[in-house]
Amino acid sequence: MIDTLPKDTIRCDACPVLCYIKLGQTGACDRYGNFNGQLVRVDPHILLDRAKSQGTPVVPFLEREGEWDGTLAKSTDTFVTAIGAGTTYPDYKPAPFIVSSEVDGVDMVTVVTEGIFSYCGVKLKIDTDRHLGPERNLVRAQGEPVGHVTTAEYGSQMLSIGGVHHLTGGTKREGRVTCETLLDLCNGKEVALIIDEGASITVAAGKPPIVNGQQEERMRVGCGSATIGMFAKQWFGKVDEVVVVDDHITGVLSEHQAGKMLGVRETGVAIQGRRSTPGRYFQVAQPGTGWGGTNISDPLVILKPFKPKIAWPYLRLLMVSTTGEQAAYYELDESLRPVEKDLPEQLRESVERVRENCEPALTTVLFMAGAGGSLRAGATENPVKLTNSVKHRLTRVTSGGAPAYIWPGGGITFMVDVSRMPENAFGYVPTPALVAPIEFTLKRADYAGLGGHMDYVRPLDEVLREKQRQRLLTSLPQNPWPLKTPPENDPHR
Amino acid sequence: MRDPATIRLLPDGQRLHLNDGPIDLIIGADGAAKEIRRAYGAAARRFVRILDELCAELPLLRTRQTHNSELPAGAIARRMTDAVSPYRDRCFITPMAAVAGAVAEAVLDAMTKAAQLRRSYVNNGGDIALHLVSGQSYTIGMVERPETTSLFASVEVSSAVPVRGVATSGWRGRSFSLGIADAVTVLAETAAHADAAATIIANAINLPNHPAILRIPAREIAPDSDLLDLPVTHAVGPLRLQEIAQALDAGMVVADQLRSQHLIHSAALCLQGHVRITSSLCRDGLLRPSVAAHLPSRESETAIVIPSEARNLPLRSVYEEPSLCPK
Repeated sequence: MIDTLPKDTIRCDACPVLCYIKLGQTGACDRYGNFNGQLVRVDPHILLDRAKSQGTPVVPFLEREGEWDGTLAKSTDTFVTAIGAGTTYPDYKPAPFIVSSEVDGVDMVTVVTEGIFSYCGVKLKIDTDRHLGPERNLVRAQGEPVGHVTTAEYGSQMLSIGGVHHLTGGTKREGRVTCETLLDLCNGKEVALIIDEGASITVAAGKPPIVNGQQEERMRVGCGSATIGMFAKQWFGKVDEVVVVDDHITGVLSEHQAGKMLGVRETGVAIQGRRSTPGRYFQVAQPGTGWGGTNISDPLVILKPFKPKIAWPYLRLLMVSTTGEQAAYYELDESLRPVEKDLPEQLRESVERVRENCEPALTTVLFMAGAGGSLRAGATENPVKLTNSVKHRLTRVTSGGAPAYIWPGGGITFMVDVSRMPENAFGYVPTPALVAPIEFTLKRADYAGLGGHMDYVRPLDEVLREKQRQRLLTSLPQNPWPLKTPPENDPHR
Repeated sequence: MRDPATIRLLPDGQRLHLNDGPIDLIIGADGAAKEIRRAYGAAARRFVRILDELCAELPLLRTRQTHNSELPAGAIARRMTDAVSPYRDRCFITPMAAVAGAVAEAVLDAMTKAAQLRRSYVNNGGDIALHLVSGQSYTIGMVERPETTSLFASVEVSSAVPVRGVATSGWRGRSFSLGIADAVTVLAETAAHADAAATIIANAINLPNHPAILRIPAREIAPDSDLLDLPVTHAVGPLRLQEIAQALDAGMVVADQLRSQHLIHSAALCLQGHVRITSSLCRDGLLRPSVAAHLPSRESETAIVIPSEARNLPLRSVYEEPSLCPK
């Protein structure tokens, strides 16, 4: 079919159509294009519209179906993101968009470009108390090593995925799979990972992790013993005994230090499992998906008969799991056997409180990358000045409009929470490397001072008039407005 | 690295959005909630197989149709071939001219086989397949240029009218055109037939050798284009009134011909602010009264010209979603 391929024509492998794409053209889908011989996603250029009211949900418009009606937003209320802006790599030339706008009487410039990052990766925080694998062990996707286990943090496990050694330092397939894994994680898609000598997990940004086939719901408020410590005062006087069921450490109010301090009377309760210290029991059951991460659905199975010399009829007993998702209330009968009763209102509140204090278990994805020479050259003729300007907080760095944390020290190495960025903000090139949006916003005078490409600065209104390929999104309410001058004490400043 | 297909509800929670490579569908359905769920499930299951099915026969589908052409194996590919075969003797055409309509039909078929729906539609980038049970109808908005938001007219397609497909073609759209029409919208019995006919009529609206028209061999833009080195329209400068009329005349000749051959029900042709419609579009109560009021009351068998200044219609979305129009 194709007799002679023109020079610089590439073949897209994003779908089975496998289009041949000439330099500067896009494929049949209009989503992938050939920029300087590199396959780049060219989804519509995304503009952020400042949320008119707090909590406005972000609703991405479809390109064809809800096309922008052409209304010009008030210029300070529109921020041009780098998503879909394109890139100038590997040429030493000005960034695709250098946009000026006036904010609170100050002329601001935003340098907008998509960076191609070989030095990049993600840090995963997975909210689970389950053991995912030994520290330093490899994390694999599709059988290829794509990262490793780092540390356990409070209530969560940390993984590092990607990095230049996996992207370009290993086999070709390792690089390709790493790139695909990073792209999916950054774009909020689900990824299956297997840890050597550890767990199989399925994770996606902002969603509960699935560990060995089981979805985590909530982070527990603490272990059973810690829960007793936190809530002892609220239970004291309202109930005679509380057992907090937990696969790790089950807590018993009357025996626990916190109960003793309050003067809670002994109840003669007897727990299955191995006693650690007073009021704390290991291994009351097997791990599972029942009460408090155990395999039980009836909490009474962890109780042995009450000691008849100490217990008394009508003794009031609350049993609750560490997440407050399960609770049951009992009173002892004449023969000291627990009989289930309705949970009294005053205890219901405390169970609710336990539940409220359990945050939803999530996977969070922070993208981390370093802005290299050619990217900075797109912003200024003197790249180190841009670095210094960022360090001195004269230049604000955002990624798709989301605030970026800049690591101290040399270079511009940044981290950004991908869930604060618009949908599908990331792309890739077959190098393999990730394509991520990056915007530098600074005062016009400062931009001139650091050798900016002043000849290429265009007013915002002019950029907005080029309606083709633009999409207007509402900015996320939790993000600071990228063009707003931050207060003096803002740590991001 | 293949991107997975997108299957999701639009933010309105009602319409289904399916995307895979270059195929992008918006789907709506009316009926019992359980039936809609079942229909959407069937649509998604059918949809995820389509791109591979088509790509398996892509070289054949990109080849000019003749009497001797090999018959493709896939069901959608056969619909495409069937829709373009009436034109294979008169001009260069490949089955790709009907791909969008054929895909829309196939997905709609899967839905109506799986569930009882009062009405439903599959909109494949402006090429739309409709399902209507007795007494139901859809209102379809028509645009003068694919990228603008103003509707120049809307038509009401009821179950009584033999129209279940609507398609639009023009040089400004995603596919290449040999003509200079901004948009040609065709109503036909099926979406695939509407799709092929819109291509043919749009190609016929033309001014050969006109200096204001920039044409480029298709393969210079897309090396694997099915149109090979045919000159496709890349830009059209301002034309004089007389030239616009001449080009639209040429298009109307073809549109009327296709109508007499029962290949289409009706068509609307747009070029630089001027619109002509076949008289069949005015019959069967198809044009909505509010719009008909703007038409000059001139009885003509061939065409009505609506000068752009005379139009004063409200702005609406590019492709008006039928479900948004209260019946």
